[in-house]
Amino acid sequence: MVVAESKPVAEILEMVKDCKKVVVAGCKGCVTVCNSGGEKEVGILASELRIARKAAGNDLEVMEYTCERQCDPEYIEPLDDLAKDADAIVSIACSVGPQYVAARYPYLQVYPGLNTTFIGGSAEHGVFKEYCQACGSCIIGDFGGLCPVARCAKQLMNGPCGGSSGGKCEVGKGQIDCIWHLIYERLKNLGQLHKLEQPWGYKNWSTSREAGPRTMIREELRK
Amino acid sequence: MTLTAGSNLEKILKSGQKAVTCECGPPRGADAEHFRHKAAFLKDCADAVNVTDNQTAVVRFCSLAACTILMDMGIEPLMQMVTRDMNRIALQSNVLGAAAVGIKNLLCLTGDHNSFGDHPQSKNVHDLDSVQLLDCVRRMRDEGKMISGTEVDGRPAMFIGAAANPFADPFEFRVVRMAKKIQAGAQFIQTQCIYDMDRFSKFMEMANDMGLTEKCFIMAGITPFKSVGMANYMKKFVPGIIVPDEYITRLKGVPKDKVAEEGIKIAVEQIQQCLEMKGVAGIHLMAIEWEERAPEILKAAGLLPRPKV
Ligand code: SF4
Ligand code: SF4
Repeated sequence: MVVAESKPVAEILEMVKDCKKVVVAGCKGCVTVCNSGGEKEVGILASELRIARKAAGNDLEVMEYTCERQCDPEYIEPLDDLAKDADAIVSIACSVGPQYVAARYPYLQVYPGLNTTFIGGSAEHGVFKEYCQACGSCIIGDFGGLCPVARCAKQLMNGPCGGSSGGKCEVGKGQIDCIWHLIYERLKNLGQLHKLEQPWGYKNWSTSREAGPRTMIREELRK
Repeated sequence: MTLTAGSNLEKILKSGQKAVTCECGPPRGADAEHFRHKAAFLKDCADAVNVTDNQTAVVRFCSLAACTILMDMGIEPLMQMVTRDMNRIALQSNVLGAAAVGIKNLLCLTGDHNSFGDHPQSKNVHDLDSVQLLDCVRRMRDEGKMISGTEVDGRPAMFIGAAANPFADPFEFRVVRMAKKIQAGAQFIQTQCIYDMDRFSKFMEMANDMGLTEKCFIMAGITPFKSVGMANYMKKFVPGIIVPDEYITRLKGVPKDKVAEEGIKIAVEQIQQCLEMKGVAGIHLMAIEWEERAPEILKAAGLLPRPKV
């Protein structure tokens, strides 16, 4: 899923400081799963904004709505009614959401209420980790199914580097696993260590962000 | 003797004599005088002098410029290059430029992570890693082709080196990774600072068994301790360095004004121990901000004067 975390309320308050009426719009997709932008978080953020502004003697009216998804134009439509009277929409979907909202309402301020952090999953309750950087041509088949692009701090294709120590990465003060150590262990278990004996060639980054923003066209779906 | 670059370092190694390289880091500013001053101590001590490339991810004046200063001083440079800050366009461009101004030795590294340096908010590149850079330089030199397949107009004559760290994990893979670097193009290896002699000797045994010392010159990396604080710091904070307690005890066991001498004594012993190991082709002395002491260390280790080839 796309993992995102809440921006500090102070930062959001600063964004909406000139507004009298805003919509906080959540999303029932990934950000609900990672507990940062679902119905519950919409309610919490809305209350926090109201309370803070009330305390400052400058009431803010906050309307709440949680879209089925914000990365699909048709699911944003239900915001139309609320958007009519609002000064701004604070979207707490992943950062795709506020951009869809902005595209739909050309004359309305839109603010992101989350920082979108990575494509990943939960490691344990309340702990999320990065697993993929959407490089556009997945190579993990060569590495025991583990990703050196997203999970090695230096994106090595021929690791582990000289900073790998006791299974941990030199980056992150011992808190991050060295993915190359895990790749090594896994290929050893699979009896495939020979895969690490040849230099791994050159990665083609042109399928990644490096070639500019990407578009995927599925002709069969367009018909 | 067939030579790929004809550098002094290449000739000495290929003549079978123990080689010596020293390290000299450019300053964090444009002060060329300071750099010349440090380098002058190394002039007749080293067969080539490594010039670091923004080491520890701290901004310093660039390696290529510093190498040309060394050449003007009559010192043979060994240019270090990290893949952290440049993509394949810039890396290849710098290799070609370096060859064009007469630099003949190149060390291909990935580099320390930028989060450790003085600009932790920077973007890193890592388009290539060290193994890929080795392959790239070897291909430009031997096949006359860039990564893209484009013909180079004038092949870069480089004596190509890489680093190896016998003290990182998993230990049993370190020598395999070195083999990979050799296969990619490394003709010589400079190791990370060695303090754990037992582990290094095991590493060399494995390298000998795999026949790597026949294919490549392995130079043992030595860094003298300047103080107890430095030894403790390296032990605790430098990733991939193992410092056995016995050295810290030795340094602590002498009066304060004798610690530096003890550090030098240890370095000399380490050099001698390394040179006795089968397959060690030379010493890479990294006297960090202590260049002025390099001559006496090398002299005491019996490595001066340097041979002329
Ligand atoms: S190789 Fe690319 S697509 Fe595959 S997991 Fe890694 S970043 Fe994602
Ligand atoms: S320690 Fe491991 S994960 Fe970290 S940069 Fe080195 S190879 Fe990559």
